[in-house]
Amino acid sequence: MTALNETDATASARGAPSPMLRAIRRFCGHRKGRVALALLVAIALAVAIGPVVYRSDPTKINLLNTMAQSNASHPLGTDENGRDVLARLLEGGRVSLLVGLAAMVIAVGLGVLLGATGGYFGGWVDQALVQVVDGAMAVPLFFLWLIFLTSVPPTLMTIILVIGCTSWMPTARIVRSEVLKARELEFVEAARSLGASHLRILLRHCLPQAISSIIVSSTLAAAFAILSESALSFLGIGIQPPQPSWGNMLTGAQEYLFTRPELAIYPGVAIVLLVLAFNLLGDALRDVLSPSG
Amino acid sequence: MGRYFARRLVQSVVLFWIVTLVTFVIIRQAPGGPAILANPNLTKDQIVNLRGGVGLNDPLYRQYVRWVGHLMAGDLGVSFNEGVPVVELIAERLPNTLVLASAAFVIAVTAGMTLGILGAVKRNTWVDGLVSSVGVLNLSVPVFWLGIVLILIFAVELRWLPVGGMLQASQWSWLDLARHLVLPAIVAAGFLMANVMRFTRSSLLETLGQLYVTAARAMGLRERRVLLKYALRNAMLPVVTTIGLGTPQLFGGAAITETVFAWPGIGSLGINAARTGDFPVIMGITLFVSALVIVANLITDLSYVLLDPRVRLQ
Repeated sequence: MTALNETDATASARGAPSPMLRAIRRFCGHRKGRVALALLVAIALAVAIGPVVYRSDPTKINLLNTMAQSNASHPLGTDENGRDVLARLLEGGRVSLLVGLAAMVIAVGLGVLLGATGGYFGGWVDQALVQVVDGAMAVPLFFLWLIFLTSVPPTLMTIILVIGCTSWMPTARIVRSEVLKARELEFVEAARSLGASHLRILLRHCLPQAISSIIVSSTLAAAFAILSESALSFLGIGIQPPQPSWGNMLTGAQEYLFTRPELAIYPGVAIVLLVLAFNLLGDALRDVLSPSG
Repeated sequence: MGRYFARRLVQSVVLFWIVTLVTFVIIRQAPGGPAILANPNLTKDQIVNLRGGVGLNDPLYRQYVRWVGHLMAGDLGVSFNEGVPVVELIAERLPNTLVLASAAFVIAVTAGMTLGILGAVKRNTWVDGLVSSVGVLNLSVPVFWLGIVLILIFAVELRWLPVGGMLQASQWSWLDLARHLVLPAIVAAGFLMANVMRFTRSSLLETLGQLYVTAARAMGLRERRVLLKYALRNAMLPVVTTIGLGTPQLFGGAAITETVFAWPGIGSLGINAARTGDFPVIMGITLFVSALVIVANLITDLSYVLLDPRVRLQ
């Protein structure tokens, strides 16, 4: 009897793999997706392991050795304050990844919470949510960031919070529409008639229907957060020196475009690669996770 | 139609009111107290006098009402840095920003739509691939870095265009303005252009699959006519939404662009004020740009009604 059950299970697994497994398989066959994932893993490993292997203080100023060309002790040379560029790149990457992922968690968390609530309960709750989302998207948030970061000291924490708390709208919008659709499905109705609680229906039956949209919008939220942090830091109201970030490295580099253009190239290429990786990953996941794809 | 317009108008006013509220609360909660006391040139006695004099000992709601009153009268306060009314600073630099933003807008919409149409018509060819790549790349490059790279190529290496600024000091000419405008306008257009492109492409692809398009083709209409007369107009709706939703970012992006290119607009003024803690200026600019964007959105929504008969019926 047990043996029979086991064969049944394996047979069904072979015949119809779980949606998750199918998605992973399809992802492995997706060229853009593979490139994006490889790029992300490479950057993550570099900034995680890099500073451990390459021991050089990214904040150490040496005014006797400024703007050095690349050499044995400074593979990418030094900046206008004689700080090692490679060490700063690696450290700045940590900041970018941290801000990107942390702000993404906040944005997606808020977006799922609000979107699911609105979509599931409908009525005035939903109407209120729609109004808030539309309103928040119709305001130049960049300028509100300026005000906020002028009135509180811009630390890593405040920047993560500011970006995360103001970029949940796209996620909320998508989750709302998915949950709104899922609410009408028959098995949700069945669960309701069995007396399941709202929370259980929402978490167990409705939200799983939205999971692929949530994953895709997560990657886009991370890309947005990384771009935003770099812009704020570049403008001098984000991550403050001496702590390096790819954005504030470019502030200094812009002054020396005529003499050392490569100082403006490295951090910029790093930002583009990281953001591109997230955007491509989002595109690939959209292809892979959509039922028609 | 009238009711729709009225509702949108009320929404816009409420939205702007919320923006003033948020701005007021943020500034009030700032460490070091309200903006006017942050002026570094004040002595302790002056601060005490000021508190009473400007009514900072009043309840918060009365302070807010008074502040909004000033706002309505067009009084945005006086800049700490320059000692000039903020309204004058904005008025002086606003035309420059509008020149940059409208140039960027025109580039974003025309280039974005052209490329999007090209991508949809030549679907799954190398043209489509190129268009899509440009789109993804454009969404992944930070505005300010695109500016730096273009300066590096066209101003530093090739020396075709100026590094920054709006005009050469000595003489005014259209040519001079255009030479200074090219790079910043392209940079400020980038993000919106990428979005317009993506939405034009996907929306047009969807419309081209509709039955009425097949019907038009079956009637023997030429492809160009099918595309331009039947498909494109209906495909434009989501694109108009994107353009409307993109105006806040257009102004944000223009502000960053202005800083990179030393363009004397209100964006660079605002960012500079944020760096130096010039609260009245940054508040004034935020409120002003918000109003501008909200009005722009209102106009977009109304143009929707003109484009789509289905909306008119509702």
